[in-house]
Amino acid sequence: MKALAWTAIVLGMLYFILPLLGMAEFSLSMRRGVYSLDAYASVLSDPQFQRTFGFSVAMAVFTIVFGVLLVVPTAYWVRLRLPWIRPYIEFITLLPLVIPAIVIVFGYIRLYNTSSWLPLTGTPMGTNVLLMFGYATLALPYMYRAVDTGLRTIDIGTLTEAAQSLGAGWGTILFRAILPNVLVAVLSGAFLTFAIVIGEFTMAALLDRPAFGPYMQSLGANRAYEPAALAVIAFAITWACMGLIQLVTRLQKHTRAHA
Amino acid sequence: MTSGRPGPAGPPQSSVVTDRPVPSPRPRLLDPLLRTVGVLPFVLFTVLFLILPTLYIVLGAFQTNEGTWTFGNILALNTPSIRNAYWVSIKVSVASALLGCLIGFAMAAAVVLGGTPRWIRSPLLTFSGVASNFAGVPLAFAFIATVGPAGLITLGLRDAFGINLRAYGFNIISTWGLILTYLFFQIPLMILIITPALDGLKREWREAATVLGATGAQYWRMVALPILFPSLLGTFALLFANAFGAVATAIALTGSSLNIAPILLFAQIRGDVLGNPHLGYALATGMIVITAVANTVYIVLRARSERWLK
Repeated sequence: MKALAWTAIVLGMLYFILPLLGMAEFSLSMRRGVYSLDAYASVLSDPQFQRTFGFSVAMAVFTIVFGVLLVVPTAYWVRLRLPWIRPYIEFITLLPLVIPAIVIVFGYIRLYNTSSWLPLTGTPMGTNVLLMFGYATLALPYMYRAVDTGLRTIDIGTLTEAAQSLGAGWGTILFRAILPNVLVAVLSGAFLTFAIVIGEFTMAALLDRPAFGPYMQSLGANRAYEPAALAVIAFAITWACMGLIQLVTRLQKHTRAHA
Repeated sequence: MTSGRPGPAGPPQSSVVTDRPVPSPRPRLLDPLLRTVGVLPFVLFTVLFLILPTLYIVLGAFQTNEGTWTFGNILALNTPSIRNAYWVSIKVSVASALLGCLIGFAMAAAVVLGGTPRWIRSPLLTFSGVASNFAGVPLAFAFIATVGPAGLITLGLRDAFGINLRAYGFNIISTWGLILTYLFFQIPLMILIITPALDGLKREWREAATVLGATGAQYWRMVALPILFPSLLGTFALLFANAFGAVATAIALTGSSLNIAPILLFAQIRGDVLGNPHLGYALATGMIVITAVANTVYIVLRARSERWLK
């Protein structure tokens, strides 16, 4: 039994470690015969990399801000005043897991093209906004679940009444009473959103935006060693995002325990 | 919202004259209609950017170019090329989901029940969180760098053992290459979902079975697996949908040389390769139907499994 368990673990880990090793080794092999960071230097100095990476980071930040502004008040309000509507809202937030992203963006292209009532794809800025909405949709299941779970752990009814009796308006209640209390949940959702948005390919490619995902794909079709370096960078970003989620969660447990 | 008047269930407007003060602890001024305004931004957003775009595609699948209703587009999907694309997609998704479930289950069971040291558990779960989110283009690169023509394992096997993977028929740009790559996010997802379920197996059940004379195999066959079955099947459905909708990994791995449903749809959106926009809508609708069925199975079975595993 124990031997079997070890076999499963070791074989499984081997499967996960080998591709990571492969990509790391490949990314260091640009110069013949010795390991070097040439592939990284080549990638990092590529203005195209800088531009697309910057674009995707900005996209992620806007998506997070928009997502928080959309999800936190909604989840709060639903818990406070409209508990009967919660199953319906939850169902809607799960839809992006059911409908493939490629279908959603297909709908965007047809619905918001230049000859439609809301011609978002007519201008670069409009398309950026549309892409941001698309990302917010993709992140919705994770963001909503994180925030809703966070709200469950605090007594929002009492908090709201306490704030109200001190004369707070809805804005103050949301941003100075509720948000700080679900900050850890919001941050978890935010880091996950960042990890999703930064390398996203399908939506950005079909909306023809200069994002990091399409850039990686085009580099993969044309170069040998640089893609591996990009993969290492992308893996590091994913790892950092997940690490940050763990960190904030742990920090919260710490402060809660001492409170 | 145009309404300033109270809704049907609103508070009474006429003040009742009484001689003793009516206890009214909190002012509840919001009537039900007004309350729903709080979710209006959310509803507006999801209608505009989730529901309407999807409906547009689905309705388009049942319309002709002239706008009349038809089943023709759906029936027109039945060409060898499109049928093949769906079929390969389904095969890849089923195989990667099945293998993902089996391997993920083995690893989770090893950690939860197998008697391996406890310190393995937390890193494994953390790593699973990372790996299940490491998909798309970079994942394809990692596998090309490992089992591609010049990859670490390909060259390693050739130099050390004289084994030529290609001679054995392995090619990364194939359904098996795709399955091997998809497993990198399928296995961790299985581990993440099934570990809590395995934790939920109560020690008492095992003890009760043993006291009644059950062998280990009998316990698994007659107690543990039936309890876990909804979780297992549900996760299988989730993994299936997960693989079926994966576009970026497939495109980065194979270019457009592999004929699977998401890649075909991608090419159709880019350049109308099918030569009929409404056929494109039908193709997309077919994908929604397949992922929707898989997800419904997942949600229903998850609710079922929670009955025992609380």
